[in-house]
Amino acid sequence: MIRATQTATAPDEFAAPHERRQVVVRFDVLIEDTGETYRCAETRSLLEGMEALGRKGIPVGCRNGGCGVCKVQVTSGSYASRVMSREHVSEEDEREGRVLACRVRPTSDVHLAVIGKMKKSVVRRVETADAPTSHST
Amino acid sequence: MAMTGVLRPGHAVVRVLDLDESVKFYTNVMGLKETGRDASGRVYFKTHAERDHNSFVIRKADRAGMDCFAFKVLNKATLATLEGRLREYGVATERVAAGEMLETGERVRFQVPTGHMIELYAEKTDIGNGMGYTNPEVFVQNAVGINPIRMDHCLIYGGDIDGNLKLFQDVLDFSLVERVKLEDGTTDLATWLTCSHKAHDIAMVRHAEDAKLHHVSFLLETWEQVLRAADIMSMNRVSIDIGPTRHGVTQGTTIYFFDPSGNRMETFCGGYQWYPDMQPTTWTWDEVGAAVFYHDRKLNPAFLTVVT
Repeated sequence: MIRATQTATAPDEFAAPHERRQVVVRFDVLIEDTGETYRCAETRSLLEGMEALGRKGIPVGCRNGGCGVCKVQVTSGSYASRVMSREHVSEEDEREGRVLACRVRPTSDVHLAVIGKMKKSVVRRVETADAPTSHST
Repeated sequence: MAMTGVLRPGHAVVRVLDLDESVKFYTNVMGLKETGRDASGRVYFKTHAERDHNSFVIRKADRAGMDCFAFKVLNKATLATLEGRLREYGVATERVAAGEMLETGERVRFQVPTGHMIELYAEKTDIGNGMGYTNPEVFVQNAVGINPIRMDHCLIYGGDIDGNLKLFQDVLDFSLVERVKLEDGTTDLATWLTCSHKAHDIAMVRHAEDAKLHHVSFLLETWEQVLRAADIMSMNRVSIDIGPTRHGVTQGTTIYFFDPSGNRMETFCGGYQWYPDMQPTTWTWDEVGAAVFYHDRKLNPAFLTVVT
């Protein structure tokens, strides 16, 4: 299932360090909710990869692990993660692949389902006054 | 209104997920000056232009958000008076000893109806900005990054903003400057309050969860500096929420962006001066978009949902 695309160019020993082509590894990310797939570089978070291509599907919030709106369930694949707010991702969440898309970088092809919902807004609460005011995060 | 009682925002204490990353961000990108670290691990900053020892403090925590927002009051007698008024009003207050925060005097700490911790204090060491008080230059040279003038205000999110409004008006002598009404035409979605002549010193939005931070804001001098701030953010791959644009409310020009822990910050310029003979401005629900983002004339999805 792992299918990395390597856009490799031989390093140019005469080029300045910042001009040397880096090997860019990209993986396929499937958003199960929409069936859409996009290519995400291993150097980018799943959210950044989606946004960079103008794609949608995962809600975009702070992009820095604090607000929790981009929470996803990784259903297959591997990733590297950075510190995320415990307000939104418990240790159990982390163990079970419920993570913030802005804080994980793919290390293989990834399938994910969106959990985080931007539904905390008082506006929606007012519009749907009959609905319970509780929310999951 | 003469400037007595509560003078101005004094300090914000914000939680960060990675201390080193955040110190680098606030030093090099935001362009604040680190002024100290204490035994509990808090890192203190002020803007290069500010005179008092600190206005923005961060500490490492497992979740983002704001611990407290503080206002400086005129003097110790004022602090005691306001403490008495808070207690009379039925608000439990706590005195935090001088020195608990670096170079900061005794603080009166209390919780407002939206769950936020607010502090008042009278004394903070004037360490100056290096230019002195005799024949000073016009700005501090060689500062890096965005380099704002001052920590200016904050916007908080919580349930009982009506209770907040009453407390800030009746006990702390703040004035209501602007408000946005919900669809019913009666309920406030948001209010902007001042303790001074500014368009806002604190603002609040009605929200399903208490004690949330929407943003802490820093003042810039010109619209060009707002644009330059956006350039610096992009150069440093800062997560920008929206802007540069303008608010209808307060008329300030703005960028909303996120610190490395997802705490929203604002750099802004302008806004009008408020005087106590002015009546508050009201925005109706059907124009809430223009109230918040004057050019787009619509809210972005993050405005009412993304908080820490």
